[in-house]
Amino acid sequence: MDSVNLKVSYAPFIRSKDSIESVMYNVALALAPATVLSIYLFGMPALIVNVVCILSCIAFEWLMDTVRKKPNSCLDGSALVTGLLIALNVPANLPIWMLVVGSFIAIVGTKHVFGGLGYNVFNPALVARVFLLISFPAAMTSWPVPFSVDMETAASPLGILKTDGLEAAMSSFSLMDGFYGTMNGSLGETSTLALLAGAAWLFYKRYITITIPLTMIGSVFLFTGLFYLLDPTTYASPMFHMVTGGLMLGAFFMATDMVTSPLSVRGQIVFGLGCGLLTAIIRLWGGYPEGVSFAILIMNGFVPLIDRWDLNDRKAKNQKKSETT
Amino acid sequence: MKTFNSGGVHPPENKLTEDISIEVMPVPSEVAISLNQHLGKPAKPVVKVGSEVKKGQLIGEADGFISANVHASTSGKVKAVKPHPHPGGQYAMTVFITPDGKDEWAEGCNTAPADWKKLSKKEIIEKIRDAGIVGMGGAGFPTNVKLSPPPDKSIDTIILNGAECEPFLTADHRLMVETPDLVVQGLEIISSLFEGKAKAYIGIESNKPDAIAALKKLAEPKGIGVVSLKTKYPQGAEKQLINAITGRTIEEGELPFDKGCLVQNIGTAVAVYEAVCMNKPLIERVLTVSGMEIAERKNIMARIGTPFREIVAYCGDMTAKTNQVIAGGPMMGKALFSLDTPVVKTTSGILFLNNSRLNKSRERTCIRCSKCVEVCPQGLGPWLLANVAQLKEFDEIQLYGLANCTECGSCTYVCPSKRELVHWIKYAKALVNNRQKRKSA
Repeated sequence: MDSVNLKVSYAPFIRSKDSIESVMYNVALALAPATVLSIYLFGMPALIVNVVCILSCIAFEWLMDTVRKKPNSCLDGSALVTGLLIALNVPANLPIWMLVVGSFIAIVGTKHVFGGLGYNVFNPALVARVFLLISFPAAMTSWPVPFSVDMETAASPLGILKTDGLEAAMSSFSLMDGFYGTMNGSLGETSTLALLAGAAWLFYKRYITITIPLTMIGSVFLFTGLFYLLDPTTYASPMFHMVTGGLMLGAFFMATDMVTSPLSVRGQIVFGLGCGLLTAIIRLWGGYPEGVSFAILIMNGFVPLIDRWDLNDRKAKNQKKSETT
Repeated sequence: MKTFNSGGVHPPENKLTEDISIEVMPVPSEVAISLNQHLGKPAKPVVKVGSEVKKGQLIGEADGFISANVHASTSGKVKAVKPHPHPGGQYAMTVFITPDGKDEWAEGCNTAPADWKKLSKKEIIEKIRDAGIVGMGGAGFPTNVKLSPPPDKSIDTIILNGAECEPFLTADHRLMVETPDLVVQGLEIISSLFEGKAKAYIGIESNKPDAIAALKKLAEPKGIGVVSLKTKYPQGAEKQLINAITGRTIEEGELPFDKGCLVQNIGTAVAVYEAVCMNKPLIERVLTVSGMEIAERKNIMARIGTPFREIVAYCGDMTAKTNQVIAGGPMMGKALFSLDTPVVKTTSGILFLNNSRLNKSRERTCIRCSKCVEVCPQGLGPWLLANVAQLKEFDEIQLYGLANCTECGSCTYVCPSKRELVHWIKYAKALVNNRQKRKSA
């Protein structure tokens, strides 16, 4: 008994099993249905895109840790999630070198220049997507048709809506195609069903809360619904907007990114509303057919401001209280 | 089922001793009675080395208004009065008594149960003060002071805290199951001080159905409400318990009596009964001996001053894997540095753990997951308080609600980056307090 060496440490002496790894690997698991479906729909090229993105993200993470002399974080799962998200955001026929450039932009240019995991202001995968979209617009907007053997490409429903109008867009696919994912689009944007299944897992594990997805999707629905009611011949129905483009992927997996979203619930509501409104505005009147990435990135930039607003408000209340007592 | 309005966590309950009856532990070979077992000033020693004392005899006298008496827990000879390890982590003045084996009561102590209804309010409070009763849930606030709120505060709700939300601990649970009559009588004595104007409740977490049943049978006919609470930590924290039962919120800077509430612990209620009806000072308490690394897990009735070393021996030794011994629960307890530490009035349990995190503990960067914000029962931003504390911005930190933190540790429990959030908050609190003391001095 006397030989026992007692150690003191800080309370609490029990901790939950959650760790950065468990959070990240569960997000990766939640992305699995969409990833698997994309490989089923688009075949071998989709598998290659996934493998290249994941491996290059992990490699860049390792490189940056080594250069910055930081503890090795390349297997903590965050690079894996970034890689998966980049893959889900690009067409299956994108050249491999572009994927590597995208991964470089995400890990080096977005994450590590700000200080690594936890410090980046913008969502790495989204910056990569927007970078690729602006740099290689042709490659990034010719979407492969599902189940095609020779990589036949076509525009996405949102693209058709922008260039050829509502009638052409509606005749190119059915809403159920959008829900199951059998339509033209990037790897992970196509199937609302697969994305919802993954998101349900994250809700069950309580890694994300409903606030941001609900406010974001809800405001897109209401805003596009309003214009659909005003003029159903030029504006698409809100259901069309629900199942096309990257709305589900963005709302459940990108806007909810812990690092780049506000901490307080009311901040998250402001953030979600902003993402939804900007998405709808860009889709209805913007130069690009799809606005989810831009909307989330713009709102990412507002997150420090939103958090500061919440804090200053609390502070002001506390100050008032301490003056009255 | 009732619960508090925001936050909270649900750690594994690990109530391994909930069905084990309370066992009276024999008198140890030496008792070390700390003179600092309560909030406020330590008691002044009133015995000299070499003098004979009887069980229940006063050995430390309350020094000032917020302080408490300390009594000998067995009869014997005073061996020394010197600083000694205290479960709070520091050294405290301690009276050492070598028991004479007779275990004789001092005169007038431990009399046959008398009817408290004949006593006046003042007499009851005096008896409670004389017996050295303090809040036995953990804080150790002198009970007689708590029972005498300022005259301008009217108490309309009295709550007995049977939540026992800390994992492992079952001391209050066993008291409620084995002596529900004493619990109810103690509560009745406390209620009588407020002339029956206050409604009394006993709040119990739903994971103790036997305690709820036992108390319902006895308490409800007397007009005492028995409230079943959701099993969620920190249900038994004073502010959370008040919120769960009455819906009221204790704001920053307020005390429970500002909202008409008074909360007492189950063990305290039993001690009040024994002091008022039997003239028995607080010289022993029920505590849970548990954790994965002790041979026999038990609920024991131990003398105040029993060294933990003797409890370890009584419970069949701890395993070689033990690396931490905790006084209190795993969420808010303190890790001990010595097994010579004695039981004090606020020791609700002793846990023997093999904490595997000790050797690889590394605070990682905050990933802003906002889990700590979600679980904070006080609605604070623990990540921010910890950041500002690390930056030593002690003026700034007070504006973020530092004083409102109850140090329950829920934030630290959930943090995926394993940041020592509550530690940094406690650190800031201590330094802010020191600065204020220095300013006022």
